[in-house]
Amino acid sequence: MALLNDIPWFLIAASVAKTLFLIFLVVLPLVSYTVYAERRVSALIQDRLGPNRTGFPISLFGFKKDLQLVLGGLGQPIADAVKFLLKEDFTPGHVNKVYFWMAPVLAMVPALSTLAVLPFGNYMFGQKMVVADVNVGILYVFAIASIGVYGIVLAGWSSNSKYPFLGGIRASSQMISYELSLGLSAVPVLMILGNLNLSDAIDYQVKNGWLLLPFTDGKLSLRELLLWVPVLISFIVFSISMFAETNRLPFDLPESETELVAGYHTEYSSMKFALFFLGEYAAMIAGSSVITVLFLGGWHIPFLPVNTLESSMTAPGAVLGLVHITAFFAKVAVLLGIFIWVRWTLPRFRFDQLMKLGWLYLFEIALVNIFITAAILALVR
Amino acid sequence: MSPVLFWAFTLLMLAFGVSVILNRNPVASALSLVGSFLCLASLFVGLDAFFIGVIQVLVYAGAVMVLFLFIIMLLDLKAEQRRRFNPIALVGGAAVSGAFVAFLLHVLKSFPAGSRAFPNLGVERLDDVRLVGFALFNHFNLPFQTVGVLVLVASIGVVVLSRRELK
Repeated sequence: MALLNDIPWFLIAASVAKTLFLIFLVVLPLVSYTVYAERRVSALIQDRLGPNRTGFPISLFGFKKDLQLVLGGLGQPIADAVKFLLKEDFTPGHVNKVYFWMAPVLAMVPALSTLAVLPFGNYMFGQKMVVADVNVGILYVFAIASIGVYGIVLAGWSSNSKYPFLGGIRASSQMISYELSLGLSAVPVLMILGNLNLSDAIDYQVKNGWLLLPFTDGKLSLRELLLWVPVLISFIVFSISMFAETNRLPFDLPESETELVAGYHTEYSSMKFALFFLGEYAAMIAGSSVITVLFLGGWHIPFLPVNTLESSMTAPGAVLGLVHITAFFAKVAVLLGIFIWVRWTLPRFRFDQLMKLGWLYLFEIALVNIFITAAILALVR
Repeated sequence: MSPVLFWAFTLLMLAFGVSVILNRNPVASALSLVGSFLCLASLFVGLDAFFIGVIQVLVYAGAVMVLFLFIIMLLDLKAEQRRRFNPIALVGGAAVSGAFVAFLLHVLKSFPAGSRAFPNLGVERLDDVRLVGFALFNHFNLPFQTVGVLVLVASIGVVVLSRRELK
């Protein structure tokens, strides 16, 4: 069966299958239920109820309300999606039409493309659970993430209206600034891993314990203990930069309602608005996945056996593979929960504070952190 | 690399390149240039040069062109769009590019045409990032650090120039 990987059409079919599974069965449902979770958690934090009524239109005998399941509003995302699709798709007269239509697509596509290199599971059915196992994994993620600015900039510019324009300008300057600390804070991790390949990053963490929790392999050496300091620093800087990159509160200046109506997507309606919305949440999922892979051991569960290529063909291997995929998305879900928790806890920054934080603190901390890591790696064997 | 993909990306890249100079709208030109960079990156990836391909996207499409677009949007676009074609400039531009292509053809003709396929390297996954790093720090250490100093001088120069108060 493993030999099938040598046949080009099988490789293509397997990649397509993995892509479809990842995007349509995992990420898009995860996106819509993150929106639902966001609304329920915000309600919880503000002592409200939130959307808790929408169920599914099911019936036992064909009557109304003869079968009602108490689902806590789990049907809400589906109702939202239908509403977005059925609303009037209005294009204002003063916009630059071509770019106005192009922008939502450019906001959505990069966020989903990032997922291509993320290993979301171990071997299963003789297949490695990653769409493209390339040796520049993390650089690819940064490259595609930097393309994501275009959607927002174009939306702001093509709307030909002042609030979207201000939002677009803010978004681009913010994303350019925080890309630097994002990239630099990942460097210490890559120095420890000695590799840019994300699958190898997880293999390293399976052998030596997760980077953020180095005792998950059952032992803790002096080197690991010393390296814990730079890893913690880089985890904090990376996470904060990720919040800024995805335009989440406390850094959601590009769409701050109190100043800019809704920022760059003020002029958008219906599904075009929904694409920006989905793009933002997909970027959140991609960011959480990167944090999971780099710091939290990816799909690995401590003290549980790990599949090899051969064992993944058996029935227990398939179950184990499924467990690992579930573990990966469970970790992502926890991080998404933190994203939501932070959003409804912290107030918004001022724009000059945002720039100051990025350029004067995070950038310098990330730079110094590289030298600390290099010193530890060189001195302690 | 499959020839189909090669020609697809090459033609797309050339089409984007032509649209850079034919578009009257500066934003459209800048975006076409981004498209052209992306196609070039795909060509690199098709040749298994992942590192160069990704750096192409990261540096040119992701950083340089975003700044370009940023500046273009802040400037007034209307004047640029209303400008008419200047026939003399058109003739001059055509002459210069024609001369360049002729020169290029002349140089290319003096090279023997490739007849052998590139030998198989025999490794499953070429770790090109590591190889680039080794080459840079082992063989080109001094030039690399000189470039670093040059970049530092340039960035300090920019700060000094932009901080100067206008009288």
